Amino acid sequence: MLSSNRYLTFSRGLRDGLPIALGYISVAFAFGILAVEKGLPAWSPILISVTNFTGTGQFAGIDLIAAMASFAEIAFTLLIINLRYLLMSLSLSQRLEPGMGLGKRMAIAFGITDEIFAVAIQKESLLGGKYLAGLILSSYSGWVGGTVLGALASSLLPASLLSALGIALYAMFIAIIIPPARSSRPVALVILTAVCLSCLFRYVPFLSGLSSGWVIIISGLVSALIGTFLFPMQEDKEEEADK
Amino acid sequence: MELGRLLLAIGVMALVTYLPRVIPITVFRKKINNVYFKSFLNYMPYGVLAAMVFPEVLYSTASLYSAVFGTLVALFLSYKKQGLLVVAIGGTAAVWICEQLLTMAGVM
Repeated sequence: MLSSNRYLTFSRGLRDGLPIALGYISVAFAFGILAVEKGLPAWSPILISVTNFTGTGQFAGIDLIAAMASFAEIAFTLLIINLRYLLMSLSLSQRLEPGMGLGKRMAIAFGITDEIFAVAIQKESLLGGKYLAGLILSSYSGWVGGTVLGALASSLLPASLLSALGIALYAMFIAIIIPPARSSRPVALVILTAVCLSCLFRYVPFLSGLSSGWVIIISGLVSALIGTFLFPMQEDKEEEADK
Repeated sequence: MELGRLLLAIGVMALVTYLPRVIPITVFRKKINNVYFKSFLNYMPYGVLAAMVFPEVLYSTASLYSAVFGTLVALFLSYKKQGLLVVAIGGTAAVWICEQLLTMAGVM
């Protein structure tokens, strides 16, 4: 049974969030720049960062908005990208101090990002609202602040740099998927399958009419299902440590 | 771009981002122990991300050559387990340098 920890204060949360905030500033900066480069008004990436507070989903969102995708495509694509939050939210729900109210839970839910989840879950004691509020607040400041800087800076950047920055987001995604693919054969198989499907939909004449949003959904779902049934994961370490 | 449409799209994005975050933490108190469900949630982000990157990344810059070069550099750096920032900057720098050279050679 985990116990409460009086050292996990609000200011400790703020401090633990600082490295996240620093990382977020640069990514959000790129997000602000890309959004404006894609023709969106400068206020819109800021509003997106304030209301969404997520990385991949926001990048995909502005891609789809700029491509004039339908609301259904935007909703489905982002929902699929965000499905991983279900697991993080679930896992976090069992680390919270018992008796935490609905309002606090709903507020914390907004701050569940990959990085915040990773930092929070490393703590060995139960997590209180104050610590999580600090952790989320400093990370969120970095995310929104970086977006504002990026949205305002894009008009100052030369065209050659903007062209080069077009690859920044994709490079970041590559950095997310390649290291796990090195250590896990199932993950590598899922990635290869998804790439093959995506290319198939892009280059085969009969299939290429499908819009990019649906291609991502279909490729992601099919590759994950293949991975799931060929390599269902055994009980993970975290769970064994809990027992 | 129409203002109402843009605001609505942002609202949709916020909603489908918040829902998966808020539902389990407020509703479910038990762990899901279905191996297939957990596996699927684990693999899916990789499939989605991979499909988002390829082949789109090849058309993300002003020239196919610079995009291919930038992609190769990003693949190499991430294979060497460099962080997100290093890979993003490395890929961007590779594209920029490549495009400067292409311009000088008169290809672009």
